[in-house]
Amino acid sequence: MIGLGHYLVISAVLFSLGIMAVLTRKNAVNVLMGIELILNAANLNLVAFSKFTAGNLNGQIFAVFVIVIAAAEAAVALAIVLSMYRLLRSVDLDRADTLKG
Amino acid sequence: MNPQLLQDLSRFYPELAVTFTLLLVVTVDISLTRGRRAATFLVTALGLLAAFALSVPLFWAPAGTLFYGMVAVDRMAVFFKGFLVLSSFLVLLAAPGSRELSERQLGEFYALLLGATLGMMLLASSVDLLMVFLSLEMVSVCSYIMVGYLRNDRQSNEAALKYYLFGAVSTGAMLYGITLLFGLTGTTKMALIRDMLAQGAAAGDNSLLLLVSAALILAGFGFKTAAVPFHFWCPDVYSGAPTPVTAFLSVAPKAAGFAALVRFFFTGMSETRGLFLQWSTFSPLNWTLLILILSIITMTLGNIAALRQDNMKRMLAYSSIAHAGYILMGVVVLNGEGIQAILIYLITYLFMNLGAFLVVIEVYNRTGSFDLKDYRGLWRRSPFLTVSMAIFMLSLMGIPPFAGFFGKLFVFAAAVNRNLAWFAVIGALNSVVAVYYYARVIKTMIIESGEDESLISVPLASQALVWVMMIPTVGLVVVWEQIQKLTSQSLRLFLGA
Repeated sequence: MIGLGHYLVISAVLFSLGIMAVLTRKNAVNVLMGIELILNAANLNLVAFSKFTAGNLNGQIFAVFVIVIAAAEAAVALAIVLSMYRLLRSVDLDRADTLKG
Repeated sequence: MNPQLLQDLSRFYPELAVTFTLLLVVTVDISLTRGRRAATFLVTALGLLAAFALSVPLFWAPAGTLFYGMVAVDRMAVFFKGFLVLSSFLVLLAAPGSRELSERQLGEFYALLLGATLGMMLLASSVDLLMVFLSLEMVSVCSYIMVGYLRNDRQSNEAALKYYLFGAVSTGAMLYGITLLFGLTGTTKMALIRDMLAQGAAAGDNSLLLLVSAALILAGFGFKTAAVPFHFWCPDVYSGAPTPVTAFLSVAPKAAGFAALVRFFFTGMSETRGLFLQWSTFSPLNWTLLILILSIITMTLGNIAALRQDNMKRMLAYSSIAHAGYILMGVVVLNGEGIQAILIYLITYLFMNLGAFLVVIEVYNRTGSFDLKDYRGLWRRSPFLTVSMAIFMLSLMGIPPFAGFFGKLFVFAAAVNRNLAWFAVIGALNSVVAVYYYARVIKTMIIESGEDESLISVPLASQALVWVMMIPTVGLVVVWEQIQKLTSQSLRLFLGA
């Protein structure tokens, strides 16, 4: 029987993978994928808690909002990355290095 | 429609005014062909003034929550609404006078500014974690675009990218923390979370989970307020963004972040024990210790890093990190006096910090540089800018009788009264370190001489705006009783469900 613990473990793994991707990847688009993983880990948590412990729909409603926010964020992020590509002809984060000090 | 919701709308007028103005600005921007510039500016200015005027009567309205317990209307929320609208208004006035922005169409910029303002107003009053997350994201998404507003400028784009990456990870971590808290307590309403924690929802093995979730949620607030260790974006974003946006980020979202932080930790994570405006933490989670450590690290690191900055915007970025550390002191003491100190600090910080950025904008308009070395000999080129910058720097240092002194005084006094004198001493030592880099600016402007000695003429409108910041910075002491009265009356947090 799949219980709450299984969901939580999967979500913790997803969260860690997301953080890993953000910290180690050099390609901006890969980093955006990592951020999506973080948000979806939270979604999984919300739905699982909503079903197993809270006993109400609040968590699932929250998850729907998170999906919407994730879409909005991704749109803005891709616009920024696109404009970076126009300026640098690259989406390599290491090339974004003019601001230092 | 539920009649209660209609009634709630009548206490939601400030937000409605901002929303309406936002739509109107977009419409005006796309429908007019001539005079767009003036029209969009005027609409935004009037809309913000209307929102301010509409929030004033709410100060005396009965406290409560709106929309099924999503946002609270209480004096604290109304205070912050007024504060945030005012700071957006001042940034709006500064935007057209900046050479970086004035070469571009500003209609969208005003729309984004209004969007961020709306998000901040909601953030300062939300009592449900869902609403906290939504409004935090609303502020963030609008500010990402504002930071990257100069599309063809490499630095602006890079700043937007960095801001986005740090922001998305911090708010993602915060969201994860919220889900854990939801799992522990089964609710997202702060007041109910407190009740569940009081009933022992986080006792025993769960106390570690509560600590993790509180730390993760703190990441989101730390990002908004630029507190260490969530400050890495701050110097880069501040120096890459258009200066009016930098000025905006250094004051308004920071204040909204503090409002939300206070509301979350005071409503959701601590309980009142009979005494008015006295809180105590729950036994499994001593979060004040966490914030105390953050506060010390934040002010120390901010001040030490600011010492070796040669770029004005980066220097002010680290200085704003240090100020976030001082403001966090007011959270640690966990009573009404501490919150009042935060409010006073934010009022003084608004004028002195925006003022400093205004002078930076004016100097850039003429010299095209943010480097401290281009401030050499400013005294001969523009005595007005030099004197006003010196006043803002002295105020940021905390020298009496300027406004900044009173902000620091109240924060330190709150710590001393709570038997945290050593904490106040650390704060005071930090202020001493800060004197060095603020005084260095004054020294560069007055004593050193530069190659370029041509006069800088400041347009009348910009001069007036600098006066608007300078008069409160110098003269706040005159209206001190009113400020104290206003802030002590604003200490009403609605703690019910």
